[in-house]
Amino acid sequence: MGKLDKLAEITGYHVVEHLYQLAHWVKGLKVVHINSTKEGGGVAEILKNIVPLMKELGIEAHWEIITGGDLFFQCTKAMHNALHGRHVVISERLIREYERTNEENAQKLGALLSDADIVFIHDPQPAALIAHFPDRKGKWIWRCHIDVSRPVRSVWRYLRNFVTEYDASIFHLATFAQHLPHPMFLIPPSIDPLGEKNVPLSELEVKAVLSELGVDVDRPYVLQVSRFDRLKDPIGVIEAYRMVKRYSPSLQLVLAGGGASDDPEGMAVLEEVKMAAEGDPDIKVLYLPPKADRTINALQRGAVVVLQKSIREGFGLTVTEAMWKFKPVIGGDTGGIRLQVVNHHTGFLVNSPEGAALRIRYFLNNPDKIDEMGKKAHKFVLENFLITRHLRDYLTVMISLLHGLKGRLELV
Amino acid sequence: MGKSEVHPFIVKDCALIQIATGYKAQSLKDLKEYMGAVDIDCVYYHFWGSLMAPAFEEPEFNNDFASWVYKELHDPLLAERLAVIDPCDYDDLEELRQELIDIIEARMDELEYMPVAKYDKQFHFIRGFLVVFDTYKRIEDPAHLAFEVPKMSAGSLFYHFIDARRRTPDRVDDFRAWLYGFGDEYKPLCDKLAGIDPFFTTLTDLRETLAKIFREYFGA
Repeated sequence: MGKLDKLAEITGYHVVEHLYQLAHWVKGLKVVHINSTKEGGGVAEILKNIVPLMKELGIEAHWEIITGGDLFFQCTKAMHNALHGRHVVISERLIREYERTNEENAQKLGALLSDADIVFIHDPQPAALIAHFPDRKGKWIWRCHIDVSRPVRSVWRYLRNFVTEYDASIFHLATFAQHLPHPMFLIPPSIDPLGEKNVPLSELEVKAVLSELGVDVDRPYVLQVSRFDRLKDPIGVIEAYRMVKRYSPSLQLVLAGGGASDDPEGMAVLEEVKMAAEGDPDIKVLYLPPKADRTINALQRGAVVVLQKSIREGFGLTVTEAMWKFKPVIGGDTGGIRLQVVNHHTGFLVNSPEGAALRIRYFLNNPDKIDEMGKKAHKFVLENFLITRHLRDYLTVMISLLHGLKGRLELV
Repeated sequence: MGKSEVHPFIVKDCALIQIATGYKAQSLKDLKEYMGAVDIDCVYYHFWGSLMAPAFEEPEFNNDFASWVYKELHDPLLAERLAVIDPCDYDDLEELRQELIDIIEARMDELEYMPVAKYDKQFHFIRGFLVVFDTYKRIEDPAHLAFEVPKMSAGSLFYHFIDARRRTPDRVDDFRAWLYGFGDEYKPLCDKLAGIDPFFTTLTDLRETLAKIFREYFGA
């Protein structure tokens, strides 16, 4: 049984049949995805899932990464922060390293990219590759996974020089789209319900994982899973927990996350979080290895309430994952979280640690609401944020670009 | 007309992709101005196409304009006036666009201030691009709808039940348009189909509703 057949058991067969029919129009095409890491973070996770499915649909799909040194990743992390709106200074030296690394990778990937029918370039790290392919054959698409609604203008202007060269770009939300001279498609990301992070787990397994991590299985805990990144506001989560603790003394807090090879700031933020948590044995700060998907799955299933109190957020796949597991989410009122957390229906949107604390208290005192909102959250993900929908959108983009975007397209 | 004389129902499917236009309305004035400037496909999208986009199961309004005016401009009166518009009443989308502009202008004349949304709560004009394809499935006998409709994709349902209201001469869904070809034989069934309001449901729920109607009617 192929993976698509297994997905059909969850989504319904009509969903997968629809994919096969769409894929018929792009069968045999050579499609290449490029990003900067194979492990850690949402982009790698989506590609790990989506590339094999493209192959199953008859597309010659490839996934390659660009490699670079510390300076390159310092530069791209600074770019990432700047695109999220944080004021940073990127030195000329770092910019030169960015361009040099892209040039080197262009040479390495030359044959594959020159010959591809469709190229998806994910995020800013490899965006400058396009400058080295003036005679490219296929359609090149810049896939932006970042909340670029309010970028630092100087950094965006620099990056835009490369992005304008693409045939199209893809953003998660309309809010993130910028003025660009090509079609800007809107595609939210997705989760794989069959992945280790989302498959059903037995209660026994969940409890075993929690015990191993030092979480008291007899007491409730709130959870935030995310990279150790200031934009995810882990300190704000600790503040919220402390405000609730006086009303619910048995409450625990778990902050779990890993790093990514393209994020040099992670360790510094982790230290800050550990310092903030010091002295409270009920706060567990867990730095998880890249292959900890099943652990994260168990943590999400065992939590009484899940938080994603980000200040800026491209999408927030951890929100989707929690919702898939019937958990309503208390999320920061920002970016892609807004698309998923429908206030008072699938969770609550909050703007401060105080707001998060209030909603945690509400849930702890209304367990029926956790069930009711959790069911709505699960259904919302089933209909909108599974990988099958994501794949359908990519197929539609490919078909649209190959046939033109006038009016509506009738394929015959 | 007998069954053998009516052509079979051609099952099509579609996928809709959203495209950002870059037009973002901050105020009611912006909404009116951009309404006149955007590609006409935007008007289609914000009435019909958004039913194919990620959306919560309990929409309060039947179009995105009314929803934004209510939630972000806090003008329930204008939201109600915009929500009462049935897009199927208009022969073409330009006529519908003009009606929207007229309603907004009339409201602007009544107001003593210009409602403005918070910075990050703008209205984003989105264009929907529809890719339609033949599934090569054909339904010869109306009774077969009872077991074919439950197997239809969300795209098929959108195309035949929602998008059809723009395409068919009588502004009805494709199922009714086809069943009318059999004369009065399926009139009670058509009346039941006419009773479904596609603007207040998700496509998943729509599939269940349609399946139930066909199942009950044909005793399947």
